[in-house]
Amino acid sequence: MRVLLSWLREFAPVEGTPAEMGDQMSMLGMAVESLDVFDPMESIVVARVLDLKPHPDADRIQLVDVDPGDGEPLQICCGAFNMTVGDLVPLATIGTVMPNGMEIAKRKMRGETSNGMLCSAAEIGLGSDHEGIFILSGELEVGEPLMAQIGLAGDVLYDLEINPNRPDAMSVAGVARDLAAHQGVAFVMPDWSVEETSESIDDVADVVIHEPDLCGRFVARVLRNVDVGVSPMWMQMRLTLCGMRPISSVVDVSNYVMLELGTPNHTYDLDKVPNGHLGVRRAVEGEELITLDDSERTLRASDGVIVDNTDTAIGIAGVMGGASTEIGESTSNVLLEVAWWNERSIAESSTSLGLRSEASARFERGTDWDVNTRAVNRFCALLSDQGATVVSGIIDVRGNLRDTPVVDVRVPRVNAMLGTDLSADAIVALLEPIGFSCCVSDDVVTATVPTFRPDCEFEIDIIEEIARHHGYQAIAKTVPKSPDAGHLTSVQTARRELKATLAGAGFNEIVPSPFLSPDDVIRSGLDVDAVVEVRNPLAAEESIMRPSLLPGVLSVIAYNQSHRSGDLALFEMGHTFGVPLAGETLPDENTWLAVAVTGSDATAAKAGWDLVAASVGVETATLVNRDDLPGLHPTRAAEIELDGRTIGRVGEVDPGALEAWSISGRVAWLEVKVDDLLAARIESKPYRVVSTQPSSDIDLAFMVPDDTQASAIEATLVEAGGDDLASIRLFDVYRGEQVGDSARSVAWALRLQARDRTMTDADIAVVRQRCIDAVESTHPARLRD
Amino acid sequence: MSVHDQIEDARAQALSRVENAPDLDALVAIEPSLFGKKSTLGGLKRLMGQVDASERAAIGKALNAAQQAVREAFDSVRVTLAAEMRREQLETERMDLTEVPCAPNLGHLHLISQTTQRLEDVFVGMGFTVSEGPEAETDWYNFTALNLPSWHPARSMWDTLYLDLGSGEDVLLRTHTSPVQVRVMEQQRPPIYTVCPGRVFRRDTADASHLPAFHQIEGLVVDEGITFGDLAGTLDEFTAAYFGESIKSRLRPSFFPFTEPSAEFDITCTICEGAGCQTCARTGWIELGGCGVVHPNVLSNVGIDPECYSGFAFGFGIDRLALMRHGISDLRDMFTNDVRFLTQF
Repeated sequence: MRVLLSWLREFAPVEGTPAEMGDQMSMLGMAVESLDVFDPMESIVVARVLDLKPHPDADRIQLVDVDPGDGEPLQICCGAFNMTVGDLVPLATIGTVMPNGMEIAKRKMRGETSNGMLCSAAEIGLGSDHEGIFILSGELEVGEPLMAQIGLAGDVLYDLEINPNRPDAMSVAGVARDLAAHQGVAFVMPDWSVEETSESIDDVADVVIHEPDLCGRFVARVLRNVDVGVSPMWMQMRLTLCGMRPISSVVDVSNYVMLELGTPNHTYDLDKVPNGHLGVRRAVEGEELITLDDSERTLRASDGVIVDNTDTAIGIAGVMGGASTEIGESTSNVLLEVAWWNERSIAESSTSLGLRSEASARFERGTDWDVNTRAVNRFCALLSDQGATVVSGIIDVRGNLRDTPVVDVRVPRVNAMLGTDLSADAIVALLEPIGFSCCVSDDVVTATVPTFRPDCEFEIDIIEEIARHHGYQAIAKTVPKSPDAGHLTSVQTARRELKATLAGAGFNEIVPSPFLSPDDVIRSGLDVDAVVEVRNPLAAEESIMRPSLLPGVLSVIAYNQSHRSGDLALFEMGHTFGVPLAGETLPDENTWLAVAVTGSDATAAKAGWDLVAASVGVETATLVNRDDLPGLHPTRAAEIELDGRTIGRVGEVDPGALEAWSISGRVAWLEVKVDDLLAARIESKPYRVVSTQPSSDIDLAFMVPDDTQASAIEATLVEAGGDDLASIRLFDVYRGEQVGDSARSVAWALRLQARDRTMTDADIAVVRQRCIDAVESTHPARLRD
Repeated sequence: MSVHDQIEDARAQALSRVENAPDLDALVAIEPSLFGKKSTLGGLKRLMGQVDASERAAIGKALNAAQQAVREAFDSVRVTLAAEMRREQLETERMDLTEVPCAPNLGHLHLISQTTQRLEDVFVGMGFTVSEGPEAETDWYNFTALNLPSWHPARSMWDTLYLDLGSGEDVLLRTHTSPVQVRVMEQQRPPIYTVCPGRVFRRDTADASHLPAFHQIEGLVVDEGITFGDLAGTLDEFTAAYFGESIKSRLRPSFFPFTEPSAEFDITCTICEGAGCQTCARTGWIELGGCGVVHPNVLSNVGIDPECYSGFAFGFGIDRLALMRHGISDLRDMFTNDVRFLTQF
């Protein structure tokens, strides 16, 4: 919402520097997004075009003789051709410093002297139009400064951000009311008087509301002798600066009244409305209408329409008028509508029709039904100034209007919510200047909500108004004390530690997009059928929620490889999404940890897993080799099992996926379901007494077929070693001629140590044999001599 | 030759041998021949019985003095030779440390993790817990429970991404972490002091300051007698703790359906510290986030009596704080995951 200071001052004598008033509006909740002060620019004067001559030596420049005020022709070289003799134009005289810093000097252009510059609107800061010279209209004095004559010298333009709960501030009057209340100066809403002809409106027009819930009030007036011409300069200027393009006198007045009073209005060419009859009803599903923008619209049963005396739709209520009754150049009789429409109806219509306008934006937030008669009179007064006459009387038909809320505001409640110590009188003094009428009894202020504040329904709404005008800055700051100590949960701490461990071990954390394209999923070797899709994605690249962290990590690897970043060690912790489990509404959402090392084989992934497991303190997980894990290397991958549950995968990325992503070298891969992993951690590990007895080391090497997992042998050794086994470590794997095909020699170092005695050679031999027997009897493995 | 002369002679000889020892090994090798019983001075000691009793004291004294002089000389030379030997050894070990290849094998947490943890730590210090919830949410938790029924025009304040899960309740990608607040209030009775960091989503085209997925932290306090002044004070305390004492906060009226009174939360521009610069559009303030007193309808929706309890909530972007702290002008740079970016922080 853009407002001009001069316009605000027509309603209230607000004072202050432009910046001070800007701050005040911001602190009232109307945030100033920009502020422009108009320089008086006294050396830019109104000049009249006296003659137009071609430049003898240049096609793109013409010679313009203007009257700069003294009647003597002054020659200007000009690159624009849109003016005609007699036009009034802005002339920047010699010595003028333009807003862009350029100084105007007398100079020769291809041999012809130019004694100044004719300006476009944009060049002097009056809008964005830089196509051609700004042709001025209205009664302007030639030779006098332009800005002063159009009322802009020293004026200030504020661009305000208006919140959805401030429909009142969608108007110049509303902004003025709020600012005046803050400054403690009087706000006056004028009563515009209209001189009427003897003709009665009842003889020329009538309005029937068939749908009282849709239309709460319909106010109409009729104007005759309307000249659809050009608006006066000051009005064009205000509209332009406030973001609306001047079009014609009738449209301009319509927009002007909307900006000023916040109530949109609509005009009909009365001669195109049979019998001057308007009706209001809901549309029939599929009903068609050609709107002002010459589009054919198909309506839904929920849309409101204006109909003529044949029940034919001639406009969409509150959203856009119809083409059949549009004001044209030949229009001289105008039927003016200022109606109150149900907010939700307009919101639904404008959304379903894809038609959003300044008018629908205001209706959606709720307009002031009480200002309607004032608005028709303001409209008529403005057009009367341009020669129109106004038919006697106002049509004022009511539908269902909401009752004006009367809200009890408990003084202790106000102070309890705000942390203030306001008295009932102080509260009244804050509310009355912004239109609430109040009466006080005991500790309750009973506030009647003004019609321009449809957002205020409940006590809390009024408390916000009290806070706003008391001033948020005036409320003393206090800090409440939580009765509990702040803390992270142990899972949150464990997650942080896990991340810190990985970073400490050289892995960089990445945060790729959680969105994928179907192709990302397919390229990674994953199933694209059971994924969660976004219903309304902006792009195909963002149409799927990742089912796994793999595609995102691969995309990061591919990106970095293409930027010559060398080998990478990366990790990510993030959510994945699967289709909802049976009986669930939400997707199967899980937090996963992924670790990837490029240029490394599965051993790096295994080392990563060992690091993760050790960091968390998980000791009982086992790896089970698998050749069917989607996205992973068919002969170099294993599942991580913990307490009978699969909690992750470790190995290498499928070479096919790497090729599809154009990734070179191997990629070691580890992924773990974080919640399952952390659930298995031991938070308070019991102390195991460190034995002071001497220990002995023995090595055992077994010939193990390739299809027997080393981990299975190790588990047997651990079990057989029992209490005497202090530690075990796999230290060698040998494949080669001596062990033959499809097998390898795997060697473990076992440290034997009893808790309570020195183990003798005989003791050690017993344990050793027990271990060998156990392995050989349970697995197709035999001791290697 | 008198005994005295013999002592003097032996002393001079011993001192000469000590002083002429070429290195520490040679010195240590002659030690027994200087101080043992077989040494010259040791031999003279054995003669003590033969000298006249009247002279014994004086000779004894002279002998001791000689022996002490040799010991002192020996110790002194040993220290000198040892030091020399160490010096020679060290010289052979000389290294140019600047020729050592530099390869720190340290990984880096992503800026989002670093910033989130820093924020969590500040709030934990202020007595808050940290709450989490799903990124995909039902319409109820993301909107309706927050005083945003389906017809509410303010829903258009959020461009929402919906998931396609077939029939049933609308499931969407949360547009804020407020649904976590609702879940906390459903599961826990007041007092509640918690922050909810996490990833949130908007139907936005990626540009320098927007991404369809970004990060937010929200805070919620519900307790007896919580006021708007408490909100202002808490944000002030947070601002000072996170940004430093020179950065102040202020609240400006705003609108959110789930809070009333609602406010925008501004802080002193961290670039110019309030003097006015390009970053803050010469206002001296930058907008950090939104906040307000929890709307009574929100409390009622989760079964908390708004007449007994009140609360406040606030929220702001984590990504933007990371950008501000490190002077990153394009949000997308943070999520390209280029290791040359990641390893800077």
